Amino acid sequence: MVARERTGQSDYQEERIDPRARFAQMEGPLSEKLYAQMRLIRRFEEQLLERFDRGLLVGTTHAYIGQEADAVGVINHLRAGDVVFSNHRCHGHYLVWGDKPEALAAELMGRAGGLVGGRGGSQHICDGGFYTNGIQGGIVPGALGLSLAKRVRGEDAVAVVFIGDGTLGQGVLYECLNMASLWGAPLLVVLEDNGWAQSTPSHREVAGSMLERARAFGMEAGAIESTDAEAIYTHFEGIIEEVRQSVRPRLEVIHTYRLCHHSRSDDHRPAEEIEARRADDPLPKQRQRVSEERARAIEEAVEARLFEAFEAAEAQAQPAVEQLDDPLLRGMPGPQT
Amino acid sequence: MSQTVLESLNQALHRMMQTDERVHLIGEDLLDPYGGAFKVSRGLSTAFEDRVWTTPISEAGFVGVAIGMAMGGLLPVVEIMFGDFVLLAADQLINHGAKYAWIYNEKVDVPLVVRLPMGGRRGYGPTHSQTLEKHFLGAPGLAIVATNPFVDSGRLLETATRYDRRPVLFVENKKMYARRQRPIQGGRCEAMDARVSPGPYPSVSLSFGSFEMADVTLVAYGGMAELAVEAAERLLIEDERYCEVVMPTSIQPLEMDAIAQSVARSGHLVVAEESPGAGGFGAEVISALPAAAWAALRAQPQRVSALNLPIANSTALEAATLPDVDDLLAAMRRVLPTAASRSATG
Ligand SMILES: Cc1ncc(C[n+]2csc(CCOP(=O)(O)OP(=O)(O)O)c2C)c(N)n1
Repeated sequence: MVARERTGQSDYQEERIDPRARFAQMEGPLSEKLYAQMRLIRRFEEQLLERFDRGLLVGTTHAYIGQEADAVGVINHLRAGDVVFSNHRCHGHYLVWGDKPEALAAELMGRAGGLVGGRGGSQHICDGGFYTNGIQGGIVPGALGLSLAKRVRGEDAVAVVFIGDGTLGQGVLYECLNMASLWGAPLLVVLEDNGWAQSTPSHREVAGSMLERARAFGMEAGAIESTDAEAIYTHFEGIIEEVRQSVRPRLEVIHTYRLCHHSRSDDHRPAEEIEARRADDPLPKQRQRVSEERARAIEEAVEARLFEAFEAAEAQAQPAVEQLDDPLLRGMPGPQT
Repeated sequence: MSQTVLESLNQALHRMMQTDERVHLIGEDLLDPYGGAFKVSRGLSTAFEDRVWTTPISEAGFVGVAIGMAMGGLLPVVEIMFGDFVLLAADQLINHGAKYAWIYNEKVDVPLVVRLPMGGRRGYGPTHSQTLEKHFLGAPGLAIVATNPFVDSGRLLETATRYDRRPVLFVENKKMYARRQRPIQGGRCEAMDARVSPGPYPSVSLSFGSFEMADVTLVAYGGMAELAVEAAERLLIEDERYCEVVMPTSIQPLEMDAIAQSVARSGHLVVAEESPGAGGFGAEVISALPAAAWAALRAQPQRVSALNLPIANSTALEAATLPDVDDLLAAMRRVLPTAASRSATG
C-alpha cells in the first residue's frame, strides 16, 4: 500500500456511474426501457437460481423476483455522484445502477473478474458509488455518512439506502433517522415492504406505523402500494429531486411482494397467499404496455446478453490466491514513507 | 516543562483541523465550553464550527456515519466519550468499516480514527473504567494504536488521522491525560537509556542501565507504560536487576521487533496489560515470539493483567482488581528466581 499524505487537496476519486444518463440514452419509449431492465433482472436471477440448483455456485443468494419495479422506479433517477447503499437483496438494484451482468455474474461465481474480484459475492458488492453489505440495518449509518460527506464537499448528491420491513427492528436505523433529520442529510431511505422478513410476517415484527416512525423524527415520509413500474418511476422522480433540493432526509415505503423464496429454497409462506399475489407480478404488467414484437426483441436480446455474461463468468479463473494478504501488514503508512 | 498528554492531543487536533479541511470531529458533548468529557476537544468547535459534529447518544450510529464520511473523502476523528461505549459500535467497526476496503477489492478507503479513552484508577466504576481494546484484537482490517507518555501523543494521532488509510482505534488512557509527556532526546529519557523503533507507530524501549545488561524484558502499553517504568526502577533499587521496558504503540498489527530483540538479550519476559488477561495482548505477545527469542528464554514468560472481574467503584477494590507496580515487580521476581539470593549475598 503506497502511503500518501492526505493534504488539503482532495485525492478522493471514485468511478462515477450515471444511471439517469444511461437510461436517457436507452432506445425506445419509457415502457420498453423499463421492461428491458426488469426482464434483465428477472432472467438474471432465474438463471442464477438454476445454476445454484446445478451446484455451480456456493453460499446463498436472495432473489428480487417480484420486486423489480422498485429498482427501476428508484435508481433510474440517480445520477453521477449519487450513492446507493443496498442490502442482501441487491442484484436487482445493482443491475439498474451498474448494468454489468457479466461482472455481477462473475462476482457471484467467485471469479477474478467479478465486481470486487470474487471477494464479496452475493451480498457484498461495490461499483462506482454503489455499495452493499449483508448486515440488516448496518448499512444505514454508512449511507448517512456518505450523504453528509457529499454535502460537506459541496456536491448536490443524494444517498439512497434500501432496507426491508424486517430491518425496521434494528435500533441503529432510528439513531440514523434522528441524526439525518437533525443534520439535514440528503438521504432517501427506501423501505421495500414485501410483507415478510425471511420466515416472519410483518405483523409479527412491526408494531405501529412505518411512516409515523420516520415522522416522529421530523422527517417527510410517504408510501406507494404498487408493483407498477411506471407508477413507481413517476412517484420517485419528484421525490428524489425533492430530497436533492431540500437537503432533507426522507423515508419512502414501497408496499410490494416477494414472489420467490427468501433465499434459496426456504419458503413457508401460505401457497394461496403467493398465488393471489401473482396477479401483481410487475413483469407481465409492464410487458402488456409493450408491443408483442418489441417485447420479443427485448427478451431475445436479454437472453443473448445473459448467455454471454454467464458463459464469460464461468470461463474466468478463480482469483489468484497469492493476492490473499493482510492489508494491515503492508508497508505502514507514515509521513516519512 | 513538557506538555501533558491532553495538551498534546488537543493541539494536534487544532493543528490538523487548521491544515486539512477534511478533518472532522464527531462525538458526544463536543461543543465548547464543555469540549468533550475529558476536554481533548476543547476549543475546536469554536475554531472550526462547521467541522465539529456533536452527536446524540448513538455510538453505533455516529461511528457508522464516520465510516460513511471516510468513504466519502473526509478524515473523520470520532471521540467515544468513555472507551467502554465502543462496544455499541463493534458491528459498525468489525462488520462494516474494517471490512470495506478489502471486500470491495480496495475500491474504497476508510481512513477513520476512533479515539478511545480507556482505563481505570479514577473510580468511575464497572462500566466506565475498562480497557476493552482486546475485544477488537484480531478483527481483520482494523488497526489498533495505543499511545503512552513516552511518545508524542499528538503526533501519533496526527499520523493515524492524516496518513493512515485504514480504520484505526486510537487508545488513550484517562489517567494519562494529566501526565506530562516524557520526551526522548539523544537516546535518553531522563535517567534512562532510550531507543525508538522506526516507523510511524514506534515502540519505545527504556532501561535504567545499558540495554546489553537487561535481565528481563517488561512489555507494557498504554496505561501500563509508566507503571512498568516505575517497576523497572524498583527492580534496580531493590534487587539490583536491570529491566528493559518495551512499549509498543502498534497493538494491531502487533509490532514485535523491539520485543523480540529485547527478549533475545534478556532471556526473560513479563507482559503487562490493564485488562483481564484471557485472550488478550499478553497472550498475543507470547505466542508471537519468534523462534530466536523463544530459544533465548530461560524461564516461562509471565503475564500480568487485571483480575477477571468487573471494576469496582471502591478505591480499595478497584486497586486490587487492576495490576499495579507491585504485581509487575512480583512477576519479574518470578521469572528471575535467583533475584532474592543475589540481593541477600550482595
Ligand atoms: C443483523 C442481521 N440479522 C439477521 C440477518 C439474517 N437475515 C438476512 S435477510 C433477513 C430478513 C430481512 O428481512 P427484510 O428486512 O424484510 O428484507 P427482505 O428480505 O424482506 O427483503 C434476515 C433475518 C442479517 N443478515 N443481519
